[in-house]
Amino acid sequence: MDLSTTYLGFQLPHPLMPGASPLVDDLDMVKRLEDAGASAIVLHSLFEEQIACEQARTAYDIDTYVESFAEATSYFPCRVHFAWGPDQYLEQIRRIKEAVAVPVIGSLNGTTAAGWLNYARRMQQAGADALELNLYVIAADPAESGEAVERRALEIVRTVKQAVTIPVAVKLSPFFCSFAHFAHQLDEVGVNGLVLFNRFYQPDLDVENLEVVPKLNLSDSSELLLRLRWTAILSGRLRASLAVTGGVHTAQDAIKAVMTGAHAVQLVSALLQHGPERLNTIREEMVRWMEEHEYHSLRQMQGSMNLTRCPDPAAFERANYMRVLQNWRS
Amino acid sequence: MSALAPGHIRTVDGNEAVASVAYRTNEVIAIYPITPASPMGEWADEWSAHGRLNIWGTVPVITEMQSEGGAAGALHGALQAGSLATTFTASQGLLLMMPTLFKIAGELTSFCMHVASRTVATHALSIFGDHSDVMACRTTGFALLASSSVQEAQDLACIAQAATLQARVPFLHFFDGFRTSHEVARIEELTDGELRAMIDDELVAAHRRRALTPDHPVLRGTAQNPDAFFQAREACNLFYERCPGILQDTMDRFAGLTGRRYHLFDYAGHPEADRVIVLMGSGAETVHETVEWLMARGERVGVAKVHLYRPFSLSDFVRALPPTVRAIAVMDRTKEPGALGEPLYLDVVAALAEAQMTGRSPFRQIPRVIGGRYGLSSKEFNPAMVKAVFAELASASPKQHFTVGIVDDVTHTSLPIEPDFDIEPDDVRRAVFFGLGSDGTVSANKSSIKIIGEETGRWVQGYFVYDSRKAGAMTISHLRVAPYPIRSAYLIRQAHFVACHHLEFLERYDVLAYAAPGAVFLLNAPHGPEALWDALPREVQQQILDKRLAVYVIDADRLAKELGLGGRINTIMQACFFAISEVLPRDEALSQIKEASRKIYGKRGDEIVNKNLAAVEAALDRLWKVAVPDRVTATRTLPPLVPDEAPDFVKKVTAVMLAGKGDWLPVSAFPVDGTWPLGTARWEKRNLADNIPVWDPAICIQCNKCAMVCPHAAIRAKVYAPALLRTAPQTFKAMDFKGREFPGLKYTVQVAPEDCTGCHLCVMVCPAKDKSNPKHKALEMQLQRSLRDVQRPNYAFFLQLPEADRTVVKQDVKSVQFLEPLFEYSSACPGCGETPYIKLLTQLFGDRALIANATGCSSIYGGNLPTTPYTTNRDGRGPAWSNSLFEDNAEFGFGFRLAIDKQREEARELLARLGAQIGNTLVGELLHADQGSEAGIAAQRQRVAVLRQKLASLQTVESHRLGLLADALVRKSVWIVGGDGWAYDIGYGGLDHVLAMGRDVNLLVLDTEVYSNTGGQQSKATPLGAATKFAVAGKALPKKDLGLLAMTYGHVYVARIAFGAMDTQTVRAFLEAESYPGPSLLIAYSPCIAHGYDLAFGVEQQKLAADSGYWPLYRFDPRRLAHGESPLMLDSPHPKSDLAQYMRNETRFRMVEQQDGERFRALLAEAKQEVAKRWALYEHLARFMAPSHIQGERSGT
Repeated sequence: MDLSTTYLGFQLPHPLMPGASPLVDDLDMVKRLEDAGASAIVLHSLFEEQIACEQARTAYDIDTYVESFAEATSYFPCRVHFAWGPDQYLEQIRRIKEAVAVPVIGSLNGTTAAGWLNYARRMQQAGADALELNLYVIAADPAESGEAVERRALEIVRTVKQAVTIPVAVKLSPFFCSFAHFAHQLDEVGVNGLVLFNRFYQPDLDVENLEVVPKLNLSDSSELLLRLRWTAILSGRLRASLAVTGGVHTAQDAIKAVMTGAHAVQLVSALLQHGPERLNTIREEMVRWMEEHEYHSLRQMQGSMNLTRCPDPAAFERANYMRVLQNWRS
Repeated sequence: MSALAPGHIRTVDGNEAVASVAYRTNEVIAIYPITPASPMGEWADEWSAHGRLNIWGTVPVITEMQSEGGAAGALHGALQAGSLATTFTASQGLLLMMPTLFKIAGELTSFCMHVASRTVATHALSIFGDHSDVMACRTTGFALLASSSVQEAQDLACIAQAATLQARVPFLHFFDGFRTSHEVARIEELTDGELRAMIDDELVAAHRRRALTPDHPVLRGTAQNPDAFFQAREACNLFYERCPGILQDTMDRFAGLTGRRYHLFDYAGHPEADRVIVLMGSGAETVHETVEWLMARGERVGVAKVHLYRPFSLSDFVRALPPTVRAIAVMDRTKEPGALGEPLYLDVVAALAEAQMTGRSPFRQIPRVIGGRYGLSSKEFNPAMVKAVFAELASASPKQHFTVGIVDDVTHTSLPIEPDFDIEPDDVRRAVFFGLGSDGTVSANKSSIKIIGEETGRWVQGYFVYDSRKAGAMTISHLRVAPYPIRSAYLIRQAHFVACHHLEFLERYDVLAYAAPGAVFLLNAPHGPEALWDALPREVQQQILDKRLAVYVIDADRLAKELGLGGRINTIMQACFFAISEVLPRDEALSQIKEASRKIYGKRGDEIVNKNLAAVEAALDRLWKVAVPDRVTATRTLPPLVPDEAPDFVKKVTAVMLAGKGDWLPVSAFPVDGTWPLGTARWEKRNLADNIPVWDPAICIQCNKCAMVCPHAAIRAKVYAPALLRTAPQTFKAMDFKGREFPGLKYTVQVAPEDCTGCHLCVMVCPAKDKSNPKHKALEMQLQRSLRDVQRPNYAFFLQLPEADRTVVKQDVKSVQFLEPLFEYSSACPGCGETPYIKLLTQLFGDRALIANATGCSSIYGGNLPTTPYTTNRDGRGPAWSNSLFEDNAEFGFGFRLAIDKQREEARELLARLGAQIGNTLVGELLHADQGSEAGIAAQRQRVAVLRQKLASLQTVESHRLGLLADALVRKSVWIVGGDGWAYDIGYGGLDHVLAMGRDVNLLVLDTEVYSNTGGQQSKATPLGAATKFAVAGKALPKKDLGLLAMTYGHVYVARIAFGAMDTQTVRAFLEAESYPGPSLLIAYSPCIAHGYDLAFGVEQQKLAADSGYWPLYRFDPRRLAHGESPLMLDSPHPKSDLAQYMRNETRFRMVEQQDGERFRALLAEAKQEVAKRWALYEHLARFMAPSHIQGERSGT
């Protein structure tokens, strides 16, 4: 069965790859993923904010009591060479590149213009074949308009695109007021791929102690639906590749993603739950299903159910909600 | 001094300079941390960890041992096995090595060790410098070689290492602790090539050939008898005779190589001097400088600097002195009570007498010799004192056995000095900086002198006076810059530049006393240039006018906050210093600071570098020159340091010390035997906190957790009769007490506004939230400055409210916080995790406790002057506290118990004998009293009071004896307190023995899992995966399970506790331990600044420690066996949270990840396994130690 696909300009044997997660922190796990047939390796995001925070915190913890007391002019080894977040991350890119033959995609979440630019360049220098910009933003500032949020994001993408020569994908949240318009703008600035969608830590409440508790539960297939809708809406309308991430747990899920137009399908929760070998299982099940349904290639089904080609395009738009409601009433 | 060779110039402190030579010329280094020598071992460890090679191209092995005794033993073995080995130590550490030093010398072993000489503890501990430690080693057979400056310390370290290989006499090379070990100076650094040229490989080979090896075995360490020992001991004489000559030859060889020439005795001064001072160490440089000044004014004076003190070369000594000398003052930096004189004095007298008697005296007439003491415990020794000694020598009958630098108004040994005498020339630029320990002032100054020393060709000197108090520590930096080498081994008194980095210091210290007329004064203050003048107190304004100071101001705190630098104002203030001091051209200086920032902060990450670079730029925009009016305008004067109602002793002694003027106190002001009054900490109001908690009774649930966790007893709770509120200040808050225990009473939580350190722990632990606005809790931090005046009378009112009746207070977490803490306002760090345990101890048992305290953090915040935090209750009872040593604490406390038990036994014997006269009923009650409760103890105290009355009327020998012993009839509680360094390492042998002896003592181990007091060296309590000094890459082996070891005895009560994880268990464990009639061991998890996180989260982190299984809570009570229960009871739940979360919160673990992520993950995996394994073991023990199970096993069921 021909499962080949093109994502970010890479000819891949199939669309399945691990999404950004800590799975690839461990080189052995990376090799297991490649052995399981991963068509690319996506690293977890390098968070500029976390790096800044860690540096500040460590500097504070170490330096606050330095040269204070006669008996102890320091409390930690002084000449330690810290491999800060970026150094370790870049080293991991290098090591993964040495260890695997498939494309390696670095992932980045910046907070400053300089950070985006600097780290994107360094990832390319470290050997990343492509970048995934994680435009994680909670637009909580009432003074900032949606337009301003989008403008800022576009500027980041434009800057990074100018700074690197490797393909650049953008991983987004669905929380843009006119998502399709924004996606088109990204397409216009030359982004090579859109990754739909980011999953956030969701604050929960501890009502006993009146505290906010951050949570990140593993996904399930129900989360796929949102991705399917937007992939279907965007598919065929952009130059950029599309990747679906979040809620892909079965071969059926992956097939749906491809049918709505995904060029790549990223898995995280399924691999965390069942191990990297799950990727191969899903691929084999996809092949089986496609054989049973007499598909001869993945490209045949790619985008077959997108907004322009599916039999009932309105279903992806407002009508979808209405129909569900009516069904429920009946 | 030779011309400076480019590339060899470095600005380093004495410790680094010496360690660098020792590291490069040895193979095995065994150490144990001790102030002020610790940094030498730490340098060696870090170099080793980074793969720095010695001169033979290999990386020396560095080992931290369990004590200095252990280090000496390891060195002895390494030397015997043919390696070149060294160590670094001081004071008590050196004394612990002494038995082995005798062995090493007796076996004529080539060995050189380095000592940052420090005071040996006598009536008190002192970490500072004098020669009492080295002088104790005179009889070991070691050569004793003294250095007097950083340059010399480096050079003589090399010379000694080279000489010992030839002489075979081992060398103890020493230099003054702090004054030289911690002084930063510009030196010519010895290159590897120079070291290589000095160390003769053939002599190294000879050392190896003498090694023990089974390939050509020999036997050493025989036991010799009267027939042989004496002669064999004399067999080494030739080696000692040759040693001085070998050393001089080595010094000459060194001079040929480097141009720096040394002699066994270096004379400086007039070639026909009539008066000479003989001394060794850093003081010799001060004398040298003063001699040159006096000579320039026509005086015929000189100084003989002793380098080789042992073996003492009579011929070299007398040759070094001008034959014209008529009077000699021999100055010893040590005290030998009862001796005819101090050691150097006696040697000089003997040398001169023997020279005279043997016809070798070159003197025209035998000089008069006087001996004197100076500089004990780093007491200042300056040119005024030198001048006084020369003046004394010129007098008709100079004072014998004088002291200088103090006022001895008891035995009148001291010489008068001219306090304003000053010889420092104007071309030596001088600057003094007052900083907060945490603001980075010292780091900035070290950076500044490095810039000046290494970039300008000028000589520099930096000396730093640190605080011994941990909360709100003050540092004073003394910087000199000169066009020639600096010999001034004393503090600056007339500075051209004075900086005060913390406005509050102006209120407490005479900062401007350091300013020379016309000096520049830089102040960090929240006031702009217009408002500053009016914010200064009258005295400060007056000094500014009198001295015509140029005043500059910057709000560095605000700028640092804006730049995200927190409280680190160092780079900002450094930029200001260079901008206005004109030490360097401004632009060049700023460019150098930026370069230094890149070097210093590069390892901290780009983020930190960028912030500091931004600080340099921004600082100059915010720096203002203040227009100084022509007259004093302030009406506000400086507040008194202690209030009028303070006891006389506090006003006359403590307050003087608090003002930084303790040097002025005469001998008569001090207790003769180190005995000091309790409860003086309460008189010092340090006002350290920016923010303090404010109590909201509307929300409070009266849990008292705030009082429980407070490290400084600065937030307290009381219940009291409503009527007492009639005289309360208007702003005093109260609410009805909610429990059944005290119906009808009022309840108040009160903050000590001027004693709180602002650590936030109480606010963090407070569980009471406003239901409509949970951000608001019953405790909330607010600006201290605005609360101080309001809360001061409230706290005073609170303190005078009656304490709870101990006999009715329930013994649970909440209620015990109504018991008066007898440990308060200590100088422990804000957020200290140790002191809540000590405070609890004093609340529960303080009125009957004797505390033996091992040296360490707890002895410093517990007994470091000027103030004492242990205090008494209204009956005058309180903890009797003492610190013996680091290593002997368990035994010391055990001795308390032996004495108390014996006294009690004697008292009971006497009671029995005097029964008829006293009354058998009272005697019976006294003998059979149940003292298992507070009420029982109170009743026994009353009986003893009655007994005393009866005894008073008897007037017999035995009644008098019983009167002296009667207090022993009331139960006493013996506590042996110390840190993990003591319990797991240096004191473990004693601790183990005391546990084994079965007596009723309570050992409290404040386990910070690292040597906290000496700066974060690993102990055997350090956990797997933590990065510490001596485990830079993260400790690869798990922590010693002290509790499990103690449990194996079976008769020891053991508990592992963490007050933040489960306070109920902590209180229960304290009560059970104390009530247990045998030995008890409490191992207390103690958050510490050496863990590397904001200690405000200390409680949360303790919870994570317990929940993750990192710190399982348990109690092992042998009494439970009698009830058919397993003695071991696990108190914390089965590990349920992720160990990684706990570990990643702390820099000690995170540092490993930041160095090497893979190693961190491997260590984390091992740590998780270790947690699981240990938990399984405890569960197994808890189950299988139950009598029913044991019975089942025996019967085969």
